[in-house]
Parts: sequence; C-alpha cells; structure tokens
Amino acid sequence: MTVNDILTILDANCIAGKDGLDKEVLTACGSDMMSDVLAFAHTQCVLLTGLCNPQVIRTAEMMDIVAIIFVRGKTPDDTMKAMADEQGLPLLVTPHRMFSSCGKLYEKGLTGGLVDG
Amino acid sequence: MAEVMELNYTVSNEDFTRAGEASSDVKKKLKQLGVSPEAIRKVAIALYEGEINMIIHAYGGQIKVTISEEMITLVLADRGPGIADIEKAMQAGYSTAPDKVRSLGFGAGMGLPNMKKNSDTMDIKTELGVGTTVTMTINL
Repeated sequence: MTVNDILTILDANCIAGKDGLDKEVLTACGSDMMSDVLAFAHTQCVLLTGLCNPQVIRTAEMMDIVAIIFVRGKTPDDTMKAMADEQGLPLLVTPHRMFSSCGKLYEKGLTGGLVDG
Repeated sequence: MAEVMELNYTVSNEDFTRAGEASSDVKKKLKQLGVSPEAIRKVAIALYEGEINMIIHAYGGQIKVTISEEMITLVLADRGPGIADIEKAMQAGYSTAPDKVRSLGFGAGMGLPNMKKNSDTMDIKTELGVGTTVTMTINL
C-alpha cells in the first residue's frame, strides 16, 4: 500500500509534503500520545492521530514515519505544513474518526505490525 | 585514530513548539556522516525523548553529542529539580508530568524506559534541587 492508496481509502486530502505520496507503507500506528508513538511505532509506518501540534511532525521525523493522517478533520497550521514540506512528509486530513480510519485501513490489509517487533 | 566530532546545543524551555530542534539537527548531521539508519533511529528517539524531558521537567538544559568511530555519546545535563525516585521513573507508565504536557501528547511515562531501550548504555546522575545528567551511548 502507498500513501496515495491511503488518500483514496480514507477520502483524505493531502495538504503538505506531496513529494512523499508514492512511498510504500508497511504498518500503521494510531495514537494521540506521542510518547507512545516514540515507544511503539515500527519502521515505514503511517501515524493516525487526532493531536495537531508541531510535536506530531517532530515525532514523525524522529521515527521516520512515512505519512501523518489527521483524523476527525483536524487541520495542521502553516508552521506544521512548512516543516512537513521540508521533509517530504505527506500530511493527510480525513473527515473520518480514529476508529473508522483505522478500521478502513485494516480492512485493506494494513496492520499494526508485531508486538515487540 | 579517527576524528572525533562534538555537537553542542542549548535547550530552552520557553517555547514547547521548538522542542526537538536539537534532535532534528543531530539526525540530519548523522545522515550526512553516513551513519547507519538503525543507529540514527536509536539516537533520534533517545535524544528527542531526553530533550522533551528537559523541557517538561527541568526548564531546559545542555546537550552534548560526541561522535567517534565506535560510538555516539549523548550527554543531557540540566539544573532542574532532580529525579526523586529513579526506580519509579524507569517504570513504563509512571509519570509526574502535568496535565498540560499530556494535552500536548507527552507524559505517558515512557520517556526514560524508551531512552534505555534505544541506547546500549544509560547512566543517570541526579540530585534533588541540583539537577540531572543523563549519559547514553549507542554503539556503531
């Protein structure tokens, strides 16, 4: 699955970091707690979150996250968009809620990866 | 003997939105130096967690990164309140962070355990009312 596929599956818009849309996605992580993302996210993972502040972008940068999906229509500000553009990190905005967004991706074969993997 | 490189940063606690700038810079420099992606990931996570901790708990501090051929050493020194109970602080899920910090997505009690997990050695020197120095090494 690529970030482009996720755009379609989640009826999402890409509002920054369009350079990274062709990247391959292997796993997903859904959390509003960046502490947990830093402790549990796998490589080549997308992050689904309802948290909308610059630390979400920083966390993604540190974890080599492939794309960030903001659920419930949360929209990043210009500072966040500039940070994402610089890194080629796609920022997707979906109107769907967290549970539904995760479910839609899981249904298409994306998982959270192995526990302790 | 290969050249040893040293990077120094001052972390300010005045603006939480800037937290992670030091870690971001270190990550970029390690990439330029051709350090392996696995080592870079460990350094980035350990340092970012430490940087966030300094801002949440200790009004900022100093970061020193030393890169040699064998390892990367991260030293994070602050003049904060010190850690009252290191054993508890090392437990996953134990947190003393205020609600304001949680609303920003941090303070889940995973910081120190995650720093330990991503480093090959970790040493904490702390004194109440004086400050804390965390030293981590990541082998190359």
